[in-house]
Amino acid sequence: MTNSAVRMTGVVKRFPGVVANDGVNFEVLKGEVHALLGENGAGKSTLSNILTGLYRPDEGTIELGGTSVTFGSPKAALDAGIGMVHQHFRLVEPFTVAENVILGNPETPFVIDTGSTVERVAELAKRYDMAVDPNAKIWQLSVGEQQRVEILKVLYRGARVLILDEPTAVLTPIEAEALFKTLRAMTAEGRTVIFISHKLDEVMSVSDRITVLRGGRTVGTVATRDTSTRELASMMVGRSVEFSRVARRNPGTASDVVLSLTDVGCKDDRGRQALHGVNVTVGRGEIVGVAGVAGNGQRELAEVIAGMRSSTAGRIVVGDKPVPNGRARAAIAGGVAHVPEDRLHTGLAAGHSVEDNMALKNYRTPLLSRFGLLKRNIITSQAGDLVTKYDVKTPDTATPVRLLSGGNVQKVLLAREFSTNPKVLVAASPTRGLDVGAIETVRERLVEAADNGVGILLISEDLEEIMSLADRIVVMYEGRLVANMPAVGATREQLGLLMGGATLEASR
Amino acid sequence: MKSPVRLERRLTQPRWLNWAIPVVSLLGALAVGAIVLLATGKNPLDVYWRILDRGFLSQRAITGTLRTATPLAFTGLCAAAAFRLGVINIGGEGQLYVGAVGAALVGLWVGGSAPVGITIIVMVLAGMLFGAMYASIVGVLRSQFNTNEIITSLMMNYIAGIILNYLIFNSRSYWRDPRSMGFPSGKPLEKRAFWPTYEIFGTSVSFGFLLAIAAAIVLWVVYKRSRLGFEIGIIADSPRAARYVGIRTKWTIVAVTAMSGALAGIGGASQVGDFAHYLDAKGLQLNNFGYTGIVVAALARLNPLGAILVAVLLGGLTNAGYSLQGPDFPSGLVGTLQGLILFTAVAGEILTKYRVRSNSGATKAVAA
Repeated sequence: MTNSAVRMTGVVKRFPGVVANDGVNFEVLKGEVHALLGENGAGKSTLSNILTGLYRPDEGTIELGGTSVTFGSPKAALDAGIGMVHQHFRLVEPFTVAENVILGNPETPFVIDTGSTVERVAELAKRYDMAVDPNAKIWQLSVGEQQRVEILKVLYRGARVLILDEPTAVLTPIEAEALFKTLRAMTAEGRTVIFISHKLDEVMSVSDRITVLRGGRTVGTVATRDTSTRELASMMVGRSVEFSRVARRNPGTASDVVLSLTDVGCKDDRGRQALHGVNVTVGRGEIVGVAGVAGNGQRELAEVIAGMRSSTAGRIVVGDKPVPNGRARAAIAGGVAHVPEDRLHTGLAAGHSVEDNMALKNYRTPLLSRFGLLKRNIITSQAGDLVTKYDVKTPDTATPVRLLSGGNVQKVLLAREFSTNPKVLVAASPTRGLDVGAIETVRERLVEAADNGVGILLISEDLEEIMSLADRIVVMYEGRLVANMPAVGATREQLGLLMGGATLEASR
Repeated sequence: MKSPVRLERRLTQPRWLNWAIPVVSLLGALAVGAIVLLATGKNPLDVYWRILDRGFLSQRAITGTLRTATPLAFTGLCAAAAFRLGVINIGGEGQLYVGAVGAALVGLWVGGSAPVGITIIVMVLAGMLFGAMYASIVGVLRSQFNTNEIITSLMMNYIAGIILNYLIFNSRSYWRDPRSMGFPSGKPLEKRAFWPTYEIFGTSVSFGFLLAIAAAIVLWVVYKRSRLGFEIGIIADSPRAARYVGIRTKWTIVAVTAMSGALAGIGGASQVGDFAHYLDAKGLQLNNFGYTGIVVAALARLNPLGAILVAVLLGGLTNAGYSLQGPDFPSGLVGTLQGLILFTAVAGEILTKYRVRSNSGATKAVAA
C-alpha cells in the first residue's frame, strides 16, 4: 500500500517501572489530518517521540512510505521528512522570525543572505495562509504567531509529515481556527499532519481519521465521519465500569457547607484567565471530586483556595468566614489544608528534615515558638508523634524528606496537613506516582478524614479514584465547572465526554 | 574515554568531615607550598615556622592579626548572612564604606559632648543603619523588580567608593578636615570618641572584634533557632514551599539584605572608631575588605562562628605575609603561598558534598 505515509507496527517502549507503549499499531495515510487521541499518560507523547527519533523503540517497526526505517536521532527523522511542532516552543527570543526558521538548517550557508531568506520565509508563510512578519523578533510575537514560526521551521526543512503536540492548548479559539485552515492547506498539497490532542470537539472538526490510545495500547482507528464524540470518549476512558465505592462510616452532607466558592476567577502564571466564574461548595464530611484533563485550571483552583494565588473575582468562604484574597497564612489559619500536586517541592521543603517539614504549618503558633525563637525540642517531639501515628518509614525525624520514598513523602505531607485540624482539605492528585500500597493508605486517610467531618475537594485526573471516593463530582474544562452531579450514577463515558468539552445535555 | 575516578554526591555528610577536610586541605597546601619553596631555594620548615610565629604565636603578632581580622569578620558575616538566603550580596565592600561614613558622621557630631558610652553606641547604630539602608536598595530591587543582586551590589560598591572620594577629596564636606589644605584628609574624632581596647592575656583586643564575636553569636542564633532563620532556610530550599505556607519572601529578602548590610556597616564603623579615628577614604578602599569577606564566608561554609575563625586565620596569613616580604623573599612568593592555601581550602569544600569513587568499582558500588 503506497498510500501509507507512516506505519508503526507493534511498537513497544519501556521505561523503568512503566510500559509507555505496549504494542502500538498506528498508520497514517498521505494527505490526511490524523488525530492521536488519548488521556494524559496514554502514550501519545512517547509514540511521537519515537517517530521523531528522540527515543528508540524496544520492539516494533516504523515504515515511511513503505520502506522500513530506524532513526538514530531527531536529525535523522527530520532528514527523512518528519517534523515536530512542540507544545513548548523552541525559539530564540531575541532573533527574528526568519533567523529562527533557518537556525539549525544544515543548508544555511556560513554567510547568511538575509534578503533572500526573508523572502523565502514570507513566501512560505503566504502559501499556507500564516500571517507572520519574517522580520519581527520572536519576543514581540503572540503565542499564536510563535507557533506559526515553529510550523514554518519544519516546513522550511522540507517536512512531509508534521506532528503537532497539543497545538491548540495555547491558542485562542480564533487562532485555533486559523491553524486548522493552515493544516488543511498543507494536506491539500499532499503533506500529512499528525494532530495530538485530548479535546474531542476539535479532533472531530479538524481530522480525517482518529487513532485512540489508552494505557499505552491502540484502542482503535476510526474515520471521523463514521464516529461521534460519545464513541471517542468511551474509547478514550475505557468501558470498564466495575469499580468499588469505598465504604463510608459517616457519609458527608452537602448542606452543612464548609467551603464555598462564588464566581471565583483567577489568572495563571502567564497572566491568562485560568478560572472563569467558578461556583462550588463542599459540605462537612463531603468528598467532592474535580474531574478534568490536566491543565484545565485545576492547579489554579487549588492554589486560589489555599491562598497561594490571588483571585481576580468572586469570594471564597471557609466555615462561615471569608478568606482574604491570596494570603496563604490566612487560609491556613482559617482551616484550609492543601496537598499540592507537586508534593516534594511545593508541599514540602525537600532538603529540610522530616521534623522541620512537620512544623511547616504551625511553627508560628505559641506551641512551637516564643519571642521569635523556635522550641526545637517540641518540634522534634511533635514530629515523632506524627511519624508514629501515620506510620512514616524514616530512620529518624532529622532525615531530609528528599531521602524518603514517594509514599512516605506523601505520608509526611498528609500527617502535617491533618495535624492542623482543618475544616477543608484540597487534595490535588494525591496518589499520582505512588505504588499500590501507598495509594491504598492515602485513600484510607482521606476517607477517614472525611468521616471525621473534613470537607475534601479531591482534584484528580484519575477517574477511577474520583468515582470510588467522591460523593459528588464536578467536571472542569477550560477553567469552568461544566457539570455537577452525584457520584452515584455518573458513568466514565459521561465524564469522559464532559472532560473533552461536551455539554451536559449532550453527555446524557 | 572514561575517567578512572568520578565524583559521587554524598547522601549524608558525616560530621567529622567538617573538621577533617579543612585540616587535610591545609596540609595539602603546605606540601605543595614546600615544593615551591624548595625550588626557590628556601627551607620550607623555616618559612612555615616564620608564618606561624609572625601570624599567630608571638604576642605582638596576635594583636596585629586580630586588628586585620576585625573588618574581615564583619564582611564575612555580611556575606554569610545573605548567602544563606541565596541572595548573593557582594556589596559588603560598599556597605562597609557607607557604614564608616555614618559612624564618622555621628562620631564627629556628638563625640565631643555626649557621654562616652552613648557616643560609641550611636556610632555602632549609625554604622548599622547606614549599611542596612545602602544594602536594602539592592534588596528592594531584587524583591520588587527581580534584578540580579550580584550586579547591583557590585555596582553599588563603586558608587560607595565615589561617595567616599567626594566627601574627602572633592568637597568641603562635614567629614573633611578643614585644616588639611595640602593633602585632603578626614576630620579627626575627639579622643573621647575613640573605641576602647582591652588587654586580654597581654594581647590588645579591640572593641570592634568583640562586637564581631557578639554579632556572630546573634547571627548563629538567628539561623539556628529563630523563626526568621527557619523561614530563610525554607525560602533557600524551595521558594514554592515558602509561597505554599505563606512566608513573605519579598519582605524577607529585603530584611536579610538589610541585616547583611548592617553587619558590613559595623565593620565600617569599627574602622573609624577602633583604628583610623577619622573617615579614611583611601585606607578603606585599599584592602578589599568586602571582597575578602566573600572568601571568608565561603571558607566558613556560611557558618557565622566559623567566619570569625576564618577571618582570624586570613588575618594572620596576611600579616605574616607582610613580615615575610623582604629582599630575600619576594612578595610574589608570599602571594603564591597564600593563594595555595586558599585554593586547596576551597577545593576541599567539594569533598564535603561529594566523594571520590573509582570507576572500576562503580557497578559494585551501585549494586550495594
